Amino acid sequence: MYEVVRKEWLYGDIIFLIEVKAPQIAKKIRAGNFLVFRAREGAERIPITVAEYDKKKGTVTCIIQVIGKSTKLLGSYEKGDFIQDLVGPLGIATHIEKYGRVGIVSGGLGIPLANLVAKELQEVGNEVIGVVGARTEDLLVWEEEMSQYCTEMNYCTDDGSRGMKGFTTHLLEQKIQELAKKGEKFDLVFTVGPTVMMKFVSKITEKYNIPTVASLNPIMVDGTGMCGACRVTVDGKIQFACVDGPEFDAHKVDFDELIQRLEQYKKYEIESLEKYNKECCGGKKK
Amino acid sequence: MPTQNPEDRIDNFSEVPYGYNEAEAMLEAQRCLQCKNQPCVSGCPVEVPIRDFIALIREGKFMEAASIIKAKNSLPAVTGRVCPQELQCEAKCVMGRRYQPVAIGNLERFAADYAREEGEKIPELPKSTGKKIAVVGAGPAGLTCAGDLALLGHKVTIFEALHKPGGVLVYGIPEFRLPKDMVKYEIDYLIQLGVEVKLNFLVGKNKTVDELLDEYDAVFVGSGAGAPRLLNIPGINLVNVYSANEYLTRVNLLKGYLFPEYKTPVKRGKNVVVIGAGNVAMDSARTAKRLGADHSIIVYRRSRKECPARVEEVHHAEEEEIEFRFLTNPVRIIGDELGAVRAVECLQFELGEPDETGRAKPIPIPGSEHLIECDVVVISVGNDPNPIIPRTTPDLEISKWGTIVTDRITGKTSKERVYAGGDIATGAATVIAAMGAGKVAAKSIHKQIMGIEETEIESI
Repeated sequence: MYEVVRKEWLYGDIIFLIEVKAPQIAKKIRAGNFLVFRAREGAERIPITVAEYDKKKGTVTCIIQVIGKSTKLLGSYEKGDFIQDLVGPLGIATHIEKYGRVGIVSGGLGIPLANLVAKELQEVGNEVIGVVGARTEDLLVWEEEMSQYCTEMNYCTDDGSRGMKGFTTHLLEQKIQELAKKGEKFDLVFTVGPTVMMKFVSKITEKYNIPTVASLNPIMVDGTGMCGACRVTVDGKIQFACVDGPEFDAHKVDFDELIQRLEQYKKYEIESLEKYNKECCGGKKK
Repeated sequence: MPTQNPEDRIDNFSEVPYGYNEAEAMLEAQRCLQCKNQPCVSGCPVEVPIRDFIALIREGKFMEAASIIKAKNSLPAVTGRVCPQELQCEAKCVMGRRYQPVAIGNLERFAADYAREEGEKIPELPKSTGKKIAVVGAGPAGLTCAGDLALLGHKVTIFEALHKPGGVLVYGIPEFRLPKDMVKYEIDYLIQLGVEVKLNFLVGKNKTVDELLDEYDAVFVGSGAGAPRLLNIPGINLVNVYSANEYLTRVNLLKGYLFPEYKTPVKRGKNVVVIGAGNVAMDSARTAKRLGADHSIIVYRRSRKECPARVEEVHHAEEEEIEFRFLTNPVRIIGDELGAVRAVECLQFELGEPDETGRAKPIPIPGSEHLIECDVVVISVGNDPNPIIPRTTPDLEISKWGTIVTDRITGKTSKERVYAGGDIATGAATVIAAMGAGKVAAKSIHKQIMGIEETEIESI
């Protein structure tokens, strides 16, 4: 059992932060790793990326968006509650080296997920530039934390409430061209966020010939390489995102296949959420 | 042995055979000739004292029978149910030369079930040796190794990556073949022997084998062959194409068959194609039937007599109207406009000359392409060793197949104080072979950490 030591809503009842005591994970986790949560007996296992950790306190912090039954259940946990199962760090940590200038392109909840990557890249002397976006200003959660590690932050929102009006892909292309005018470029782009966004980010960087790493988010079950639920096609070969990734060369990823596979359980997900809502959030207050 | 009716059982996940009652067990035990040289024991990888426990059952001393089995075999309720006895103990039974061999597996199962229901006592443990052993993986190999070491007075800690111990016993073998309560009971028994089980702990990630060696006198690696092989054919990544591991994990470990009460979904296909014909394929096909499939079809490239599954499981599958397409092999999987599986295209084969394994080689018949319509495909063509320990333990010798190289007589690896056994050392094999390897390693770990000479451990 893993104790919740902090819980805060960051945006309405949609996005929350949860800090959990898990010393053996905090001690080993690095940027790029993820965890698998199982909230309680009977719940499913879901993969979640860590936004921050504290080795001294022995805690890990995750930022989670309520999108279905399991995330809604986790959102019902308060300080002092216990999570049944938590396993990690899983996956291969981000390959960190001095690339030069790295652009981090994130949308929505990709921003907190990119936090540790930005931090570790900056620590080894990279110039990190944030290119971040969300539907509206309030959904740009955790961008202040990430901006500590960036020499420059570029914002966009769908409704224009912060920064450029438009998508991260437009903002990225604008930034690439701006750099090109000065005879400069990104040495690497790291992207994390919705799969559709990563697909189009990848298309743009391919056009400008910028090496790009994407952190993929397929369906997972065990997260330890024993089932292949998370398989993706990279460079024509099957890879298991949980043990071979989750980060891959974005230009070699079959994003359309990944998008299709993510839709696999739509019907069941709706049924599960409806049942949960009917039962008044499993007996706990929302 | 009496079983549930096929028509009833395809609607539930309850165990198929009911097991003996006391009278039936005593009657079957009467058939044992009590041979002096006990050929049956030589067929048992974990050396169960077969003649002696059967003698006790004849006398109605069921608890005593269970207790002498348990001194050698930590998981008798499991092995009595899932061992391919027809290839092991029962194959060596003298009665089997002219009649049916004695039903050793069923009797072992009876004794274990009896003891569980009556409540068995924990044996007196020897004085603690003060030695600590880490066991990686709570599958059959690790559990056996841990149980044997605990009975020798050592402090054992098992590290398990999943949220439940048991390995393939909990995520792979379905409830209708091995009820999960029994696995839990046998593991609880080990815990009562003083074995500690740490769940959600992934050795290689939370701690490496080297870090374990700082704290423990020895490490046993029983991390299994949990990495599914997939076919290299077009369409393998279509929606609703599962590895058998994923399909069975969703259903068994996460109780997907009880969705939405349990939260893990699994696609309930109307027409399910299972590729392969081992025990895992039978388990998948029978599971699909219980999830409501009208047609659950096994596609196998060889013929019936080459099926690697247990005879009893093939028989149960046939009773449950699982359809078999022998000498048939998939060439591609076809999807619809949403990327979901719609059919498997197969080729028909005929048998040719024997190949290097001595089995007739299947040869495709030109122009025999045909479609099998389906909405779920389960790939069950074997597993590779789990790569996490090999990848995170740099000085451990690994074979070209990804297995940990061990001395088969001692279970020793190339690394000092590190032992391995089960599927991680042999590649995917049976539960009982893994248990045998756990037993072998326990003996040599004991010998090494206690500084005992070879001859002194014969009695263990």
